[in-house]
Amino acid sequence: MEELQFWCLAQERLQESESENKLDGETASDSESKSEFGGSLPVPTSDDTPEVLNRALSNLSSRWKNWWVRGILTLAMITFFFIIIYLGPMVLMMIVMCVQIKCFHEIITIGYNVYHSYDLPWFRTLSWYFLLCVNYFFYGETVTDYFFTLVQREEPLRILSKYHRFISFALYLTGFCMFVLSLVKKHYRLQFYMFGWTHVTLLIVVTQSHLIIHNLFEGMIWFIVPISCVICNDIMAYMFGFFFGRTPLIKLSPKKTWEGFIGGFFATVLFGLLLSYVMSGYRCFTCPVEFNNDTNSFTVDCEPSELFQLQEYNIPLVLQSVVGWKTLRMYPFQIHSIALSTFASLIGPFGGFFASGFKRAFKIKDFANTIPGHGGIMDRFDCQYLMATFVNVYIASFIRGPNPSKLIQQFLTLRPDQQLHIFNTLKAHLVDKGMLGSLEDA
Amino acid sequence: MCACWRHCWCCWTRRAPSRPGGSLVVGRALSGCLLEMLHGAATAAASGLQHGSRVTEPDLIERLDDLDLRNDSDVPDVPPSIDSTPEILRRALSGLSARWKNWWIRGILTLAMISVFFLIIYMGSFMLMLLVLSIQVKCFHEIITIGYRVYHSYDLPWFRSLSWYFLLCVNYFFYGETVADYFGTFVQRREQLQFLIRYHRFISFALYLAGFCMFVLSLVKKHYRLQFYMFAWTHVTLLITVTQSHLVIQNLFEGMIWESVNCKLRQKEEHGRFLVPISSVICNDIAAYIFGFFFGRTPLIKLSPKKTWEGFIGGGISTVVFGFIFSYFLAQHQYFVCPVEYKSETNRFVTECEPLELFQMKKYSVPLLLRSVLGWETVNMYPFQMHSIALSTFASLIGPFGGFFASGFKRAFKIKDFADTIPGHGGIMDRFDCQYLMATFVHVYITSFIRGPNPSKLLKQLLVLQPEQQLNVYNTLKSHLVEKGILQPSLRG
Repeated sequence: MEELQFWCLAQERLQESESENKLDGETASDSESKSEFGGSLPVPTSDDTPEVLNRALSNLSSRWKNWWVRGILTLAMITFFFIIIYLGPMVLMMIVMCVQIKCFHEIITIGYNVYHSYDLPWFRTLSWYFLLCVNYFFYGETVTDYFFTLVQREEPLRILSKYHRFISFALYLTGFCMFVLSLVKKHYRLQFYMFGWTHVTLLIVVTQSHLIIHNLFEGMIWFIVPISCVICNDIMAYMFGFFFGRTPLIKLSPKKTWEGFIGGFFATVLFGLLLSYVMSGYRCFTCPVEFNNDTNSFTVDCEPSELFQLQEYNIPLVLQSVVGWKTLRMYPFQIHSIALSTFASLIGPFGGFFASGFKRAFKIKDFANTIPGHGGIMDRFDCQYLMATFVNVYIASFIRGPNPSKLIQQFLTLRPDQQLHIFNTLKAHLVDKGMLGSLEDA
Repeated sequence: MCACWRHCWCCWTRRAPSRPGGSLVVGRALSGCLLEMLHGAATAAASGLQHGSRVTEPDLIERLDDLDLRNDSDVPDVPPSIDSTPEILRRALSGLSARWKNWWIRGILTLAMISVFFLIIYMGSFMLMLLVLSIQVKCFHEIITIGYRVYHSYDLPWFRSLSWYFLLCVNYFFYGETVADYFGTFVQRREQLQFLIRYHRFISFALYLAGFCMFVLSLVKKHYRLQFYMFAWTHVTLLITVTQSHLVIQNLFEGMIWESVNCKLRQKEEHGRFLVPISSVICNDIAAYIFGFFFGRTPLIKLSPKKTWEGFIGGGISTVVFGFIFSYFLAQHQYFVCPVEYKSETNRFVTECEPLELFQMKKYSVPLLLRSVLGWETVNMYPFQMHSIALSTFASLIGPFGGFFASGFKRAFKIKDFADTIPGHGGIMDRFDCQYLMATFVHVYITSFIRGPNPSKLLKQLLVLQPEQQLNVYNTLKSHLVEKGILQPSLRG
């Protein structure tokens, strides 16, 4: 109750001192809304649109110019996205790495600005060192799974993979000890803050990118469809809000509206259905990415699983009169895509609100100025934040069981008596199920 | 001096050295100054409500800016802690001087804690798990309380509930997996529990998401930064306390083998691997203190002026020796190293077994250098003792860094102790700060050097596969075993 009272008190004060708010958080909102309402405080941002665009659009008014710049950059990013998909899994993995490093850099820089700790001894080095350690740990685990035969062949790699956890932990410990030794009197608090900031950033950025790579290895479709759904939701919510927007959604982001939210939801579900229909037909998207030991490259070739084979579904009677069809041919994957798009449109925006709150809390307009018209990389990826984890958890829970080849690899590392024990148990189980029966020499 | 002297630029330039982002400082100092003046006017009208321990709004903002911009020396000290020694002890020791009194209190409490420790071990694994869980919850509570004090955010809407909710979620996620293994047979019989286990990850994630969305919805204007700080503080605390406690439990319960044939659950509660690391850290603490007390001369590190090199080295050597002897003692007694058989029919524990290779005496040839010194050619040791040397070395070399980290933390936030839970010692975190890294190290050490992946988990995953996949795996395994000569090809069945 105390909390509620305090909260109400805060609200009263807010209404009292309404005019002062302009100095506080409102400057962080988009400059476009300011120009709509005959803006009060002009926000000084450096204009880093390329010279080419500047000259081409010099005639238009500033509002339309901004719109065009954003539009062109959006198309450029989408084209870039398609090119990378075409180039294959390896390039995709590298791009995910680069995006992750850039996001980390952006958030850490904000931390430096907030705490004025740019000159702290050792700290820049330590942050990058921790990033390296955590990446080494995560990617080492992934790599050993997927490149198993390659790793087993080369002696140094084999040792690295066998003692992988120990080595990663030792590296992390070194960083930790360096941090403790670098504590300077009078700056303890600042250093602890930056330490905490670095770790939270690592938690957010690195785990997400690692999960994205996992999803990627399940099949490129598990990577493309979720990301496209989030992007589509962003764009559709913006369009619907632009044309029909009336009721504001949440105080954090004054530009978001309920019309945009709901319209975006339906549009995204539809888009997800169509996209997955198109993609399920192609093997290169639906097959798990595997590393071919002979050619030393990635291959995507397989027998499509049940999920990607057309099936007949009976339309419920209610819809039959409306649509006029008795049955519908769909991929089972499309049903899953409905779940993915629903998540992208309902919970994805919360990631965006989180980022908006973060920007208001630290009084910044954008995370960085990397992309002209859009802001930093984090600005584009804030809604993706939760999507990667969701897809990973979804796949683990509903789609697949454990990977058989991975289990075989783990089996091979056991001791002989343990191997025998497991073998016998499995045999007994199969005999029980009647799979082996009297087949002694299967 | 201007009225808002802490914020104004004119007074700041005398103190703040030039740094990048200087204009940012100026802008924020100016805005802070203006803000204070305007808020002062607004709150003068509502001053009747600002009494007692309630946090006032302009107060909040002023402290927020101050926290960010000033260095440590400006932070006000927390009022000194109250004396929480029990009445009995106080009367008994009323005769002695303050210094000896303190020493006696610490000594008595140390003995009390060690006895409780052994008592709980005697009572068995389930009590141990509960103990670890309660310690973890208390540590979490202590650190979060410090965070509230630092940020004066005790009255933030929802935040206390959210912190405890996140603790619950993360614990549910981690312990769900362990509990599923521990209570395997019990769980198999219930349908609802089966459902919970199959979709465990999804349910945990959904719970976490609910908390996340609650956080976003609870963001209040003017308190964004505070709320983000507390969010981050909660997460870092969870990272530290919950993962460590989970690894401790895993160390304790590792090596469970599920025999599906007769549905018996054999648990290898290898107390040895749980006791030796924790005892090594405790021993190192005590030995370093004693050595420092009697021989201490050269200071070790500026962070903790009471620690000395003599204490460090003396403590290190005595810990290794202690670990060596203690593990010898443990390996001899079946209770500590044998699988505890839990018979679901009689619900009783029985310890009897053929000890693992690790706990069987082996002959080691003494290196030539030591041969002349000791006069023995070979020595009978348990392999476990070699591992204990590694564990004790880590406990004495790197364990103290956990202690320095905690000391730095306490200095940064100007607190003497984490809390006042244990008289004479401080909070639970004060006792467990050196254990911080030990649990992770033991877990990593065990997985890397002592055993491979958990066979029972592998078995469970195999049984979950599709029948065709199982057949394929079976054939692959068979050919592999035959190749290695483990399985005779002529053996049918």
